Amino acid sequence: MTAAIEMVDVLDEPKAIEGRSPFVLAVHRLRKDKVAMISLAVILLIVLMAIFAPVFTAITGHPPNEQYRDIGLTPDGLPRGPNGTFWLGTDDLGRDILVRIAYGARVSLLVGVIATAITVVIGVVLGLAAGFLGGITDTVLARLIDVVLSVPFLLVAIALVSVTGPSLTVTVLVIGCFSWASVARIVRGQVLSLREREFVEAARSLGAGDGRIMFVDVLPNVMAPVIVYTTLLIPVVIVTQATLSFLGLGLPPPTADWGGMISSSQNYYTTAWWFILFPGLALLITTLAFNLFGDGVRDAFDPRADRT
Amino acid sequence: MAMFLIRRIGHGILVLWLISVAVFGLFFVAPSNVAQTLAGRQATPETIALIKHRLGLDLPVWKQYLHFLGNALKGNLGYDYYHQVAVTKIIAQALPITVSLALGAAVLWLLLGVFNGVISATHPRSLADRGLTLFSLFFYSFPSFLLGLLLLYFLYFRLTLAGFNWFPAGGYSPIAGGIGPWVQHLVLPWIALALLLAATYTRLTRGSMLDVLGEDYIRTARSKGIRESRVVVVHGLRSALTPVITQFGIDLGQLIGGVVVTETVFSLPGLGQTAVVAINQQDLPVIIGIVLFASAAVVVANILVDIGYAVLDPRVRLH
Repeated sequence: MTAAIEMVDVLDEPKAIEGRSPFVLAVHRLRKDKVAMISLAVILLIVLMAIFAPVFTAITGHPPNEQYRDIGLTPDGLPRGPNGTFWLGTDDLGRDILVRIAYGARVSLLVGVIATAITVVIGVVLGLAAGFLGGITDTVLARLIDVVLSVPFLLVAIALVSVTGPSLTVTVLVIGCFSWASVARIVRGQVLSLREREFVEAARSLGAGDGRIMFVDVLPNVMAPVIVYTTLLIPVVIVTQATLSFLGLGLPPPTADWGGMISSSQNYYTTAWWFILFPGLALLITTLAFNLFGDGVRDAFDPRADRT
Repeated sequence: MAMFLIRRIGHGILVLWLISVAVFGLFFVAPSNVAQTLAGRQATPETIALIKHRLGLDLPVWKQYLHFLGNALKGNLGYDYYHQVAVTKIIAQALPITVSLALGAAVLWLLLGVFNGVISATHPRSLADRGLTLFSLFFYSFPSFLLGLLLLYFLYFRLTLAGFNWFPAGGYSPIAGGIGPWVQHLVLPWIALALLLAATYTRLTRGSMLDVLGEDYIRTARSKGIRESRVVVVHGLRSALTPVITQFGIDLGQLIGGVVVTETVFSLPGLGQTAVVAINQQDLPVIIGIVLFASAAVVVANILVDIGYAVLDPRVRLH
């Protein structure tokens, strides 16, 4: 029925042919991917939870760092399970786990987004420079990429954080400075073949300089793999931050963050299941949503990958 | 081929040297009070100076580095600050544990990943395909410490409570003490590691298998009336495994310095946990030794992968 009406429309009044860029087509494909859209909705919910974390405090009346040693702990000093006052139970210091999870989302998302942004900017710029400029620049940068990719990242990250002392800035910088190499390698590989193409020659013949060609002409052509990689990098960064926290190198207490909460729940997992379960679930749901969304983005931007 | 090998190994040595400079510089520039720690709280400045002198910490950084490099080339990575044990000996003690962990997990994740990948590729877009993709992404999303703790909770704590004393809470039992206890101590860490890594292999096998199954020679094989299972396993899987093996080499190399969390959760005194202990004590020779050793493992694994590639595909050698 609808098809018939559309046919008539077309016959009556031919529409102008609309040019659609590969990007628009990819977004179109992504919007039809149910799993990706549900994951995106979950991500948005987590973002909202992070932004409106104070609302959780307002509703429950529990600030994130307030220790309710009387009503929040059992007479033996153990965490209390989920109840009417503390919906998701309390931790080892009698703090409200629900409120701390909401505030913890801020840390995870903030580190996830900022560290990923730093990673991608460094990776894209160095990858572009290496691939496009070639020569000695490429040789030096390619070796640098090899070096960073060969270093055991987590060990060096732990060592660095333990030397400088844990803080949000250090975590973001350490992750950003050690993760860019994979991005740079992907971009470099793409640019190596792109720089031989006619449109680069055309730009040069019009008098464009290296900088203009790199960022205006070549860069848009490497954006698809960069976008895919970026969405898949966010969950990795979130897990890395949580891992550092778990190893005791996260944010200084009493700041609420998921990795730190799971770390302090370790000694209680036999007596207080909620203490590890809820922060663990928050972390798992977040990374799973980002990974499923990233998977959808990959399929949408690389149509070859999933069509048979 | 000889030229290719020489060039590739040369690159590897250069990368390792650069890492040694970077790591050495990074850690020695950072403020360290190890002499103070060793001397104790009541130590006089003279004692501290003496300790610094004994450890070579009073020399300029570049002199310390040359000293370190000279010894390293002779196979001596220095001695730990606290017990004067050779770093090479510390690594040699921890390495079998990390290798046991990595290799056992590797067998599991390869089996799991390749099997799931083949099922997915032979039934694309089916319920099984979607289910397996979701399954692998689910575990891929797991932070390794969380998965480890959950396994400990259910398979150690819950089972033991229920009277099944199958798995220990952690620790390591050398293979010399019997295969049984060795496996028993490593099963949970193996599962934890394998579930995390299997996802990459499922995806890789699926993608490359789908490409291969679309090739003409597969159609030929089918048209000759060869059984489908034989077509898939013998004709398809064989060539589809190349990218899987490449990834395998790289992952195995990275695991030598990358199983920090799994070793910590399951109290396995392998390289990762040894490094974490050294980091907490600011025991620089041990940290630098392990970081360098782990980097070398990555470099060597990459070279082996490249050689494998060059053997399989002569075009690679020209570049």
